Amino acid sequence: MEQVKCECGHVNPHGTAFCESCGKPLQDVGEKRLLDMRYEGSARRSQTYKRTIIDQIWAFFSSVKVGVALIVITLIASAIGTIFPQQMYIPPNADPAEYYEKQYGLAGKLYYELGFNNLYGSWWYILLIALIGVSLVICSLDRVVPLYRALKRQGVKRHPHFLERQRLFGVSRVNDPDDAIATLKERLAKQRYHVREEDGHLLAEKGRFSRWGPYVNHIGLIIFLIGAMLRSVPGMYIDRAMWIPEGETKEIPGTNGRYFLKSEQFIFETYQKGKENEAFNAAIDRVGNGMIAKNYQTNVVLYKRVGPVIAGAEPKLKKVKEYAIRVNEPLKFDGYALYQVDFRLGEPKAMSFQLTDKRSGASFGTVHIDLYNPKEEYDLGRGYRVKLLSYFPDFEFDEDGNPSTKSRVPNNPAFVFKMYAPDRPKGETSFVAIQQTIEPFGDNKYKMAFAGLETRNVSGLTVRRDFTLWILGIGGAIFMIGLIQGMYWNHRRVWVQRVNGELWIAAHTNKNWFGLKNELRRLLDGTGLTMPADRLEEGKKARQGGQAHGTA
Amino acid sequence: MVQLSSTLLYTAFILYLIGTFFFGGSIRDRRKEREGKDRWSQLGIAVTIIGFLAQLGYFITRWIAAGHAPVSNLFEFTTFFGMMLVAAFIIIYFIYRLSVLGLFALPVALLIIAYASMFPREISPLIPALQSDWLHIHVTTAAAGEAILAISFVAGLIYLIRVVDQSKPSKRTLWLEVVMFCLITTLGFVVVSTAFGLSGYEAKFTWVDKNKQKDEMIYELPALVGPHEGKLTKDSADRMEPFLEMPAIINAKKLNTVLWSLMAGTVLYIALRLLLRKRIAAALQPWVKNVNLDLADEISYRAVAIGFPVFTLGALIFAMIWAQIAWTRFWGWDPKEVWALITWLFYAAFLHLRLSKGWHGEKSAWLAVIGFAIIMFNLVAVNLVIAGLHSYAGT
Ligand code: HEM
Repeated sequence: MEQVKCECGHVNPHGTAFCESCGKPLQDVGEKRLLDMRYEGSARRSQTYKRTIIDQIWAFFSSVKVGVALIVITLIASAIGTIFPQQMYIPPNADPAEYYEKQYGLAGKLYYELGFNNLYGSWWYILLIALIGVSLVICSLDRVVPLYRALKRQGVKRHPHFLERQRLFGVSRVNDPDDAIATLKERLAKQRYHVREEDGHLLAEKGRFSRWGPYVNHIGLIIFLIGAMLRSVPGMYIDRAMWIPEGETKEIPGTNGRYFLKSEQFIFETYQKGKENEAFNAAIDRVGNGMIAKNYQTNVVLYKRVGPVIAGAEPKLKKVKEYAIRVNEPLKFDGYALYQVDFRLGEPKAMSFQLTDKRSGASFGTVHIDLYNPKEEYDLGRGYRVKLLSYFPDFEFDEDGNPSTKSRVPNNPAFVFKMYAPDRPKGETSFVAIQQTIEPFGDNKYKMAFAGLETRNVSGLTVRRDFTLWILGIGGAIFMIGLIQGMYWNHRRVWVQRVNGELWIAAHTNKNWFGLKNELRRLLDGTGLTMPADRLEEGKKARQGGQAHGTA
Repeated sequence: MVQLSSTLLYTAFILYLIGTFFFGGSIRDRRKEREGKDRWSQLGIAVTIIGFLAQLGYFITRWIAAGHAPVSNLFEFTTFFGMMLVAAFIIIYFIYRLSVLGLFALPVALLIIAYASMFPREISPLIPALQSDWLHIHVTTAAAGEAILAISFVAGLIYLIRVVDQSKPSKRTLWLEVVMFCLITTLGFVVVSTAFGLSGYEAKFTWVDKNKQKDEMIYELPALVGPHEGKLTKDSADRMEPFLEMPAIINAKKLNTVLWSLMAGTVLYIALRLLLRKRIAAALQPWVKNVNLDLADEISYRAVAIGFPVFTLGALIFAMIWAQIAWTRFWGWDPKEVWALITWLFYAAFLHLRLSKGWHGEKSAWLAVIGFAIIMFNLVAVNLVIAGLHSYAGT
């Protein structure tokens, strides 16, 4: 690789703008008065090599212009995704093709046809994020290595051309330079500068670590993005729904039969006036008493299976723990989390009927039917019994007009009973549904009189396991550390050098010039040294036609 | 306790108003030697700090009364945002001692608090999803971050008012007037809501929603636009009939409020223009003519540098932690979340442009204005408009 040797003897990589050690400009800086200090003039690959395709791709992705363009495109795309609800927020039974047009007219139709209904999962949105990731990696590598090198090799003694091209620069004439330098050195050290001295020149530096802030935060971002990508790897991430009625024990989906859950009770509470903090009364009045939800809770028992899984056999269960799952208080075990997300109140569980003599009203016993697990026959003794010929948990008439069931959930149970009595040994048939009874074979003597409905609540839980969370957490933490490092500290340097019997002072910071200037003012106060002038401001004033009060 | 709490908030409001005048006085006072060392500024900052303490008192007493941190509905969150804005101003003031910052930051805070007070102010009990310390941590940090970023807007605005050439109309003067108009429209909203609120105006409609359900809707402002198939009920028969009827998917009541605010804003704006006989920004120019542009630019940037990490922590990281606990997933592409992401991406772009493209000064100031517009959009429009389309409408 070509290298450039500076007159100070330091050998710089090809492409270096000014010598790493003494700062003498190596490339023609022309009339430009101030040096671009951003990367210490270091040789960046992207700026130096532009021949091969790889060089060009590298240069493309390491350009901040490209990075910002990607960020802005992502930003605009994200905003478009909020114009209408995303598909995951429309009612689950709606057909999106119709829904968007019906709800939002032509705009909605267009939205759907352009694929904005699933924008954040679309290939191009993910590609955008991926490109930002690539750009992050390349641009960081492109800069951090040479920057590290340049900061590590910087010399104390600087070339005059370097000093006079700094934004803060001043020249003082002093009688006793040794004394002035000694004072400054002491004061700089007091301000917690790390001071190096060489041949009577000073380089005071602090907060260099803040220069790594952007790279640290970019690493955090990359880790976060990797974590987010890993969620699509099978097994990293489980998201299942589980409906569990009170009193039942069910296998927890996604646990491969290893865990079971019993729901003891589902509790739904609302805020009731009089029982709550009086301060809430006005709000409760406005919304309505008992209308504001207070608690959704499922009391559960968690079981673990002991022994191997044997198909068909009842699992042997060992109790692990009892817990009240509430919103914001998921049950956690073995990497899984169970969340309270939904519920159904008062779902029919069992129905009771009394076998009754229609005329006399006399009852001959009660039939208690478990709607999830009905028996075929109920013997009431003394010759009375009831046979359940058919059961329709979610009754409707199908297209041919025959009774059938919509689902297995007992939303609208209906039964065909055959009632036997000592005086009706062949039995009487009766069709019983809610609010209706049909006697298909003529007038019966007996009827099944409704005697009660038992209901129960059903909890809707979500089962989650997410092995990517800790990666995301680490990424987020590193990102924050990098941000704070780069934003709340800054890298300040002060050079004090003797040049031809004068004392030259130059200073640089990567951020917060206001703070640096204040600090310099305090440092120089009472020393008789000239406060370095801000040449950027001067330049501007000169251009704006104002007067420049020159010092240099 | 509740009474004491609202008295304290009211006190804070008045004190901020007085503080504004003191800061204004410090600009007018020609005798001052150095920025921030004159009597007017000292009084101004003292009054502001007392105001802040009063508002802190409001916050604490309301917390005690409610039993939870008062950041759980729009009124509480927005007033908290105003309080953080004042806090951010006080901090930045002590770094830079720029009095004119107070002259602009305090009115913005006042507008925000006044705006907040137009929403239901009662203490509401927490629904289950909100019963989490993480929510409070998230909301307070996010508001603090946004408030610090808002200071960037204030400094940017000062920069623009100073630097935009008012001698002839241009794109820049136009956009600056748009910013002024938006601020004045917020005032318009406050004025109209207060006026009709005091008069107790109420018009009840029956209407048919998009699921063809009959429902009732109560307007607190005369209806310019009515709800879908809306009819005034009997007891509201004497109320104004709307000029236009909206389709069911549009929330006619909110649109009506927006229209009223725009009308009031326009009237106020035109009245001001007639009174001043020049652009609003031009009228403000003399107040900022002594501002050091580099200092304003520096403050605007510094506020972003300080606010960006706070915002990231509060609005993204803490938000994700809470969402994971409450909603089973740390991210769900809900509009509110997306707009927080947009805000974040925007300020990231801002920082990169400034660092690498050297977008300092005016460009940077315009970006600060846009950033604040995005924050306000998330606070106002996403809560009231976009989320209103969803079944899930936040708090
Ligand atoms: C959303 C994504 C990104 C975020 C949140 C982010 C964040 C940051 C932050 C906070 C800084 C420090 C800025 C300052 O100190 O003022 C920074 C610097 C930087 N970023 Fe990014 N960045 C992102 C994406 C990118 C991309 C895609 C690129 C690639 C082109 C990039 C290139 C840089 C560079 C070159 C620096 C300056 C380093 C220096 O001059 O020392 N960033 N970034």
